[in-house]
Amino acid sequence: MALLLTLLKVAIAIAIAMASGWLFRAALVAITRGETRKMLRTAPVSAGFGMLVVFVYVFVAVFAHVIAPFSEREIVGAQFLPWDSTHLLGTDNLGRDMFSRLIYAARNTVGIAFATTALAFIAGSFLGLLAATVGGWLDQVLSRVVDVLMAIPALVFALLLLTIFGTSVVKMVIVIATIDATRVFRLARSVAMNIVVMDYIEAAKLRGEGLFRLIIREILPNAMAPLVAEFGLRFCFVFLMISALSFLGLGIQPPTADWGSMVRDNASLITFGNITPLLPAGAIALLTVAVNFVVDWSLHRASGLKE
Amino acid sequence: MKDTAAKPVLLTMRDVRIDGHSEEVWSPIIKGVDLTLHKGEVLGLIGESGAGKSTLGLAAMGFVRDGCRISGGTIDFDGIDLLAASDAKKRGLRGKRIAYVAQSAAASFNPAHKLIDQYSETPVQHGVMSEQEAHRDAVELYRRMQLPNPDEIGFRYPHQVSGGQLQRAMTAMAMACRPDLIIFDEPTTALDVTTQIEVLSAIRNIVARFDTAAIYITHDLAVVAQMADRIKVLLRGNEVEEADTRTMLSAPKEDYTKSLWAVRSYARPTQPPVRKGTVPVVAVKGVTAGYGQVDILKNINFDIHKRRTVAVVGESGSGKSTAARVITGLLPPRQGQVLFNGKTLPPDYRKRNRDQLRQAQMIYQMADTALNPKLRLRELIGRPAQMYLGLNGKALNERVRALLDLIELEPDTYIDRLPSELSGGQKQRIGIARALAAEPQFIICDEVTSALDQLVAEGILKLLDRLQGEFDLAYMFITHDLATVRAIADEVVVMQNGRVVEQGPKDQMFQPPHDPYTELLLSSVPEMDPDWLTRLLEERAAKAAG
Repeated sequence: MALLLTLLKVAIAIAIAMASGWLFRAALVAITRGETRKMLRTAPVSAGFGMLVVFVYVFVAVFAHVIAPFSEREIVGAQFLPWDSTHLLGTDNLGRDMFSRLIYAARNTVGIAFATTALAFIAGSFLGLLAATVGGWLDQVLSRVVDVLMAIPALVFALLLLTIFGTSVVKMVIVIATIDATRVFRLARSVAMNIVVMDYIEAAKLRGEGLFRLIIREILPNAMAPLVAEFGLRFCFVFLMISALSFLGLGIQPPTADWGSMVRDNASLITFGNITPLLPAGAIALLTVAVNFVVDWSLHRASGLKE
Repeated sequence: MKDTAAKPVLLTMRDVRIDGHSEEVWSPIIKGVDLTLHKGEVLGLIGESGAGKSTLGLAAMGFVRDGCRISGGTIDFDGIDLLAASDAKKRGLRGKRIAYVAQSAAASFNPAHKLIDQYSETPVQHGVMSEQEAHRDAVELYRRMQLPNPDEIGFRYPHQVSGGQLQRAMTAMAMACRPDLIIFDEPTTALDVTTQIEVLSAIRNIVARFDTAAIYITHDLAVVAQMADRIKVLLRGNEVEEADTRTMLSAPKEDYTKSLWAVRSYARPTQPPVRKGTVPVVAVKGVTAGYGQVDILKNINFDIHKRRTVAVVGESGSGKSTAARVITGLLPPRQGQVLFNGKTLPPDYRKRNRDQLRQAQMIYQMADTALNPKLRLRELIGRPAQMYLGLNGKALNERVRALLDLIELEPDTYIDRLPSELSGGQKQRIGIARALAAEPQFIICDEVTSALDQLVAEGILKLLDRLQGEFDLAYMFITHDLATVRAIADEVVVMQNGRVVEQGPKDQMFQPPHDPYTELLLSSVPEMDPDWLTRLLEERAAKAAG
């Protein structure tokens, strides 16, 4: 019976998710025009749901100070208070409001992950396109350096670098961006390899176009689709990496709220059968799934598959 | 020609309608076509791309491509209703009673298996023969298809035989179960003229030998004239007309058919010969070039004069395109040099200055890969004008519009389109406009019409001819199609294995005596006369015998 009830709850949750995804897509279709509209109309419901979740996260992150009932760092009551009407999700191990910290963490974790991914992409794709276009020894040097960096497990390497350089947000962003840029480099290079052999690149070279213009105007627009898809995936990895580092104590430093360290701080509650410490983990999982829904859809479009 | 009308009917298609799904709507591809095929009869299906030839051919097997559906009509194959038949029943027919030969044999063979194993697959699968019988049968058919070493060739992998041989092996494979009907979908389009002859004669023999009915799909009228008993002309999913081959060739009824026939007669007036001592726009002097240690070009010499078109002909691998790469500077030659208006050009394009780059432009064979798919026409055409002539803002806009006018595209409609929003012929026109935007003296046209339908190709040739007159351009026209040479060239350079075997004014080139290779090339070009292939094969056999 209990099992049936659980199944029913899950089914209702899925139905609500699909309905909200459908409604969000309908809303987007209503407010957009032209190409974007045509594109959105063919989006699957899952992508609609993914976009809705991403939109909610961004909204919460931007307006955190308005939405959160308490401040991020203030101690507002006793430790580990249960859920009630003032403290919606109770308080944490130091007596800070759990709900408010969850909201502020959206800003910190998502914001930093976005900045890191963006940095990794700018560096990785520029160097990747450069290597593919110029070829020769430059390609060899860059590719071998990337091979060496990729040979070291990412998390271990990040831990090592952060231990050496010390932990601050800026240093963490640079370290993770460097590690992830190697993956982006590989993708950008292999995509560009297929583009540089096209006749229009030969035509541009014969026209006397400079290297920079060749990369930005002729190659990059044609490499965009796989890079955008990769951006979504990479964002998830970076996000998980930041949370993992924070959980291990080398990521975002207290008292700044972030989802990874919130799980660690309150982990002792789990032994009492309380699910509160798992909520930040749930927030991470939901965003990861949502981003992947959107990425799947854009990959699908980029590959030109219709069925 | 056989009298096939008296034979029993094999395939009947009545009012067949097929829709294709795109952009969320079903739009008709075939709009109600009737087709009757008797046993042992060859029906030629012709029309330009998008006419629905292949779709109709596949429908004769009861098959439609993904994203298509048969929305009406009946297809009856020897008493079996193919539209009502179950998938299992249709599978039982395909390969055994109806076979299909695709355009690209190279893409249709599995590269991981030997030819003979792929041959055996169908008869063994259908339980017609045992594996040993199939192997013996394969050798027999390979012999009939005039493949060299029929006993051994089956044990090679697809990449170990030439394109023409592969196409013949593919036809032999389709014949494995002695089907009642074979559908040939442009089987020789990807081949050189000299190879094409062998494949055509082999197909014709074997179809006649086993009294197989065939649907022969092609856009080449001269080829269909050799192969078909009857011809059906399609245009945008509708039948234009149908008649037996001789009637169709001598007395086409519809204007569209007449226009198809007329294409081949286009030829521009011959230019007067160049005066002695004139400095050529481009002179290739003793060029030897190649990749790695291999010489692709061996001591090549030719001149291209102002307002003249030099056609460079030869089969694939003869070095035509390599010569173009040497002139553009993509491949610096090992020996020799390229002169431009009497001055030596730096061998590497990176060492040439902007003006030298501007003066020599190139138009590519495949407009699809030659135009950046993400740029709008405004930038595609405008960029050379912006770079070389320093035009910007309003002046640049005016220039782009003038260029669009020049290539007969309406500026307001097209200026902000992407290449994907154009037809094949329009894309090629954009390629021309981009070359013109640089205001060059010399343009290399690399097989510019070979990917286009004949009517569209004729439009491109006329446009190039008009532009040559307006801007005093010199053209180097690389092609393997001698009909194009006849239409546009002033001088002809015949290449084989990296050497120039013959060169001279066009009129002289089309008159004997010839170099043996030129002779072979010239005689291999299909003619509209339905007896041409028979006559040619007899002549060659007589020559070989005697």
